[in-house]
Amino acid sequence: MKIDIILCGVGGMGALSSAAIISKAALGMGMFMKQAETHGMSQRGGDVQSHLRLSDKEISSDLIPEGECDLIISVEPMEALRYLPYLDKENGWVITNENPFINIPNYPEKEDILAEIRKLKNSIVFDADKIAIELGNFKGTNMVVLGAASKYLKIDIEQLEKAITDTFSRKGEAIVESNINSLRAGRAVADKL
Amino acid sequence: MEKLLLLGDEAIAQAAIDAGLSGIFAYPGTPSTEITEYIQASKEAKEKGIRSNWACNEKTAMEATLGMSYTGKRAMFSCKHVGINVAADPFMNSAITGVNGGVIYIAADDPSMHSSQDEQDSRYFADWAMIPVLEPSNQQEAYDMVHYGYELSEKFKTPVVLRVTTRLAHSRAAVNIRRNARKQNEIKLLDNPKQFILLPVNARRQYNELIAKQEGLENAAMNDGFNKYIDGKNKKIGIIACGLSFNYLMENFQDEACEYPILKISQYPMPVEMVNRLYEECDSVLVLEEGQPVYENKILGLLNKGKKIMGRIDGTIPRVGELNPAIVGKALGLKVSEGLPIPAIVAPRPPKLCEGCPHADTYRALNEAMEEHGKGHVFGDIGCYTLGALPPFNGISTTVCMGASITMAKGASESGLLPAVAVIGDSTFTHSGMTGLLDCVNDNVPVTIFILDNAITAMTGTQKSSATGRIEAICEGIGVDPDHIKVITPLKKFHAENVQTIKDEIAYQGVSVIIPRRECIVYANKKRKDAKKQ
Repeated sequence: MKIDIILCGVGGMGALSSAAIISKAALGMGMFMKQAETHGMSQRGGDVQSHLRLSDKEISSDLIPEGECDLIISVEPMEALRYLPYLDKENGWVITNENPFINIPNYPEKEDILAEIRKLKNSIVFDADKIAIELGNFKGTNMVVLGAASKYLKIDIEQLEKAITDTFSRKGEAIVESNINSLRAGRAVADKL
Repeated sequence: MEKLLLLGDEAIAQAAIDAGLSGIFAYPGTPSTEITEYIQASKEAKEKGIRSNWACNEKTAMEATLGMSYTGKRAMFSCKHVGINVAADPFMNSAITGVNGGVIYIAADDPSMHSSQDEQDSRYFADWAMIPVLEPSNQQEAYDMVHYGYELSEKFKTPVVLRVTTRLAHSRAAVNIRRNARKQNEIKLLDNPKQFILLPVNARRQYNELIAKQEGLENAAMNDGFNKYIDGKNKKIGIIACGLSFNYLMENFQDEACEYPILKISQYPMPVEMVNRLYEECDSVLVLEEGQPVYENKILGLLNKGKKIMGRIDGTIPRVGELNPAIVGKALGLKVSEGLPIPAIVAPRPPKLCEGCPHADTYRALNEAMEEHGKGHVFGDIGCYTLGALPPFNGISTTVCMGASITMAKGASESGLLPAVAVIGDSTFTHSGMTGLLDCVNDNVPVTIFILDNAITAMTGTQKSSATGRIEAICEGIGVDPDHIKVITPLKKFHAENVQTIKDEIAYQGVSVIIPRRECIVYANKKRKDAKKQ
């Protein structure tokens, strides 16, 4: 079993936290993993991405080869498109929040972005912000998106919940519960499709 | 044995702790910063009394490393590739002195320039200085090589370079840790008391000794296991895969073995005998190097009259930028998969100053004050404020190297380009701006120097700045007229006042310093969060 994932967004949106949670869950299952991150200059309001590779065999490259990514998980729709050269165009999935994060003057029309995503063979694009806000988890968009993606992750949702509990237990039970609820709500979106 | 999930940088740091390190000396720089930060945060390192505070710059850090080694203890130096330029003087000369306690210099290179102004390859520097290099291909090797590197260093009495690149430094994997940590060395002075006295009479002897060490170092590179000859049936191409490139090569052979012979190189000086075997047995050679074509050039020679050597020079591999599995696959003529093109509507999202960043207010005031003088008068430096070069500010005309804002403004001023303004951060100022300021004062050149004091080294992720609380005293001590050291608060409500102060100082025909002082917004938020936790 092998799964290659790109997690992306804009600095501060939680893309890297999602990567850490998947990693934890995968390690709990005894898988090999490699996770490459963006640090330094590009973190300042720029695009951030993480290549996360999981396998039951030893992994060679820290970077996912182009055209072989199974899953792009994005908290921002334009960022999801930025990594299409990596996507396995037949079998790969793009799971993304639909709301743009606009911090540049030349951000394209939202509808044009969403139209590009809908052209893909396999995608889920939905309002994850709304679900997070409804659950009172204002910073939980990344967990909702991760929940939707969990359907294609080949990792049991229980393992993800365990990793969330591990990650957030320092911050108290309410935060753990809120994030697990966000994860489940995201999963429900994917299951309904 | 214990398994930890570690960044390449963290694996190096943990290995150093386990290998009996007594101190790490460093200045922050992407992608090397996390090595020192890991040791600073490590309880274990604290209990063992391992020193780890940030140094003013790479030169002071490397010299202190050498001082610790002089006493017989194991020391580590860490920097990004361009940091080696700053430390070049002790770097070159420490090859000649050699070491007492083991020394590892970490050089974290940044091919593709993710966070840097060039993609220089530290293996050039090491080859020039005749210092051996270890170049891990994965996190586990990085961990193991620190242990090995200290043994090599103490055996041959030489500093050792551990060269990593961005992808390894900032990629996480599980690493097996040795939990039988080695004790730190005791203080033990030199067997040869003249070893570190590089008077010509000693230096000549030491230099000959350095040259004599090379054969042993090459033998170590051939026999100690990090370099491997993996034979293959198809001798049309022999592949030399250096460091991380070995992984990209192997990624292309997940389901079957590579048919070509491979020479995996992770330790230098390059073992010539192994290279020669590959060259003799194969029709052509493909050289894979993450960074510059250091060894491709050497194998090619000036005249390139031998067998076909493929790599970055002949265009088989792109001349610049980091490697990846597809580049390596294509070089071997393999069919590589392709994804979809990036849709044309996707706009670049360059890094920018954070919402609420004090530098933004400074640039707004500076730009307004400079309006009447036109473009081209403001010299920039290295830090978050380098982003002031981009829209909406377009506020600086140069960014070259640490400290160059002050000295370039000086040169321009002496050339008659007036006014001449420098913009430098607090940490960059104490890194290498102070001597330039002294030059300005000694020549009484009309320059206006902005020292942006946000109380932290921000770009690399908020490390402690050597300048905090000292900037005015330093400037006065250097000889700047106290009447022309002005502290302003970069906030919207003081904008008009700040513009006036800047205009006044620009009009002054001498050295003036303006210190816009407000805490980095990221740092302020982080402090607030930390306080909440407690």
